[in-house]
Amino acid sequence: MSASSETISKQEKAKTERARITAHYNKFIKKKTIFIFFLFILVIIAAGIAATIGAYQITFTEVYSILFHGLFYNVESYEQYAVWDLRLPRILLAIFAGAGLAVAGTMMQGILKNPLAEPYTMGIASGAAFGAALVIVLGAGIGAGRYLLIGNAFVFGLIPAFVVLAFVLYRKPTPGVLVLAGISMLYIFSALTMLIEFPANPDAVKVATFWAIGSLERASWQDIFPIALVLACCIPLLMWKTWDVNILNSGDETAESIGVNVKRTKIFIMMVSAVLTAGVVCFVGAIGFVGLVAPHICRMIIGADNRFLLPASAMFGAVLLIVADTIARTIIAPLVIPIGIVTAIIGTPLFLYLVLKKKGEYW
Amino acid sequence: MRLKVKDMEFGYASVTILKNVTMELAESEVLGVVGPNGAGKSTLIRCIDRIISPQKGSILVDGTDIKTMSSTDRAKKIGYVPQGVSQAFPTTVFDTVLMGRRPHFGWWSRKEDNEKVLDMLEMLNLEQFAMRGINELSGGQQQKVFLARALTQEADILLLDEPVSALDIRHQLEVLNVIRSVVKESGISVMISIHDLNLASRFTDRLLLMYNGTVFATGPSSSVLTHDNIKQVYGVEANVSMHGGRNYIAPDKPVE
Repeated sequence: MSASSETISKQEKAKTERARITAHYNKFIKKKTIFIFFLFILVIIAAGIAATIGAYQITFTEVYSILFHGLFYNVESYEQYAVWDLRLPRILLAIFAGAGLAVAGTMMQGILKNPLAEPYTMGIASGAAFGAALVIVLGAGIGAGRYLLIGNAFVFGLIPAFVVLAFVLYRKPTPGVLVLAGISMLYIFSALTMLIEFPANPDAVKVATFWAIGSLERASWQDIFPIALVLACCIPLLMWKTWDVNILNSGDETAESIGVNVKRTKIFIMMVSAVLTAGVVCFVGAIGFVGLVAPHICRMIIGADNRFLLPASAMFGAVLLIVADTIARTIIAPLVIPIGIVTAIIGTPLFLYLVLKKKGEYW
Repeated sequence: MRLKVKDMEFGYASVTILKNVTMELAESEVLGVVGPNGAGKSTLIRCIDRIISPQKGSILVDGTDIKTMSSTDRAKKIGYVPQGVSQAFPTTVFDTVLMGRRPHFGWWSRKEDNEKVLDMLEMLNLEQFAMRGINELSGGQQQKVFLARALTQEADILLLDEPVSALDIRHQLEVLNVIRSVVKESGISVMISIHDLNLASRFTDRLLLMYNGTVFATGPSSSVLTHDNIKQVYGVEANVSMHGGRNYIAPDKPVE
């Protein structure tokens, strides 16, 4: 073979190689997009099925025709009332809470570079729960009102978030130490919650406990709009930063050298995630492990690119909470168990698995 | 001069790490930074890319003070591969290299960004690994991926902190050859810290020998890697021989 034909065949080879990689890359993107679309459909189906389940029997198709009907006409029959005013708010709350917690978990894992980070293990949820308990137990007699409860949960949810953030920025802990710090926040706030509940009136304690485990019992339309607003503000902000979070995953120094302002990005993401968490937790209580389960399962399927992982986790989290809530209200019906118990039973084994898993892969 | 560092000083609280460091980096030059552990090689490199901020002195890139640049502008001028990078959540080789395009696109890569990634994968012989997770690669291959990432950044200055220390001899040669050929083709300037004095001597145009946070000597290997310098800086007796205008070092024993 002459030298020139050798060069040509080499060029040919390089060209086919490029085509192969491009095709593979595009296929991977397509796969991720399809997965997100599939989850979207799954949310709709899961919501429809969940709406059929309850004391009053309604079929799947009836649910959707009632929903469609209700968009244009007033609610008249009992069936319509059951779907629109009882089940739909609850399902929407499950969707929004699941999506919010999953997104917060995804992003916290991303910036903390820690597979075990999520609103619950970082203590943010229990901080918020303590804030709520303060109002429920101590403020019950003052007639404090619902918004004080929400506001208080919100403020106390931010405290652990800032502690964890300060720890990360100034002490550069190893992943294991970081989780211990988060869990100690969880314990501090749980202990404080028990402390104020212990001498209090038993009814208030029951409410506070139920709330600390997390529950969708008090779902109503008036909760849906503020929580939807929190999601509508926070999720696009986080989505905008997903590419930088991807880069942070390669290490702080690398990220800094590529032009990411590491400190500012971490503070921004942590604050928005904390607002998102507190915004969700102050309505539904401290539902744990959604932020752990959803991102991990999605990451196993579509990889760690947060631009895809964020929407996928959001929808997976929504499905997860719809399913968990359906289990919570049917498993020993008519008694409804707090949804947080169901998510903990699903989530804790995964947490344990991640801890025991071969270190090389994640930490 | 592409890069000028003047009277730079850096330290933590009571410890001074770098003092009075003055150095330059010319266009198309490969500058090797050598010196014993703790001499300040990594610190110098990190100061230049403003990963850490020196307390005194100035760093000029093409005449502009680096302090006045935005992080994106700085990333267009200087690329950096730190030591011992690891990913918390492994991404594909393609996506890792694409990260180097961050200063050039916002949220979603354009076709030309992807083309640049393909060019780089081809140049570094990484095509076969393109869609693999970076955790599945060997240390040498990973180092090539990080180099590719820094190169797709298309910065004029590339800072490499011990890029070959953890590699076997074949990968060392491969990586250093790639660096040389990139410098020849695109005229970038490279500053590379390196432990192996013979590799440093062979693959660089000029050496900067550091000792206790200062520049001990700078120039071609024939004037920097002398028997006396090595004895004084490393505390090692070495046999120094000349080969093709460069000094080669056979370490003998620690100085008593």
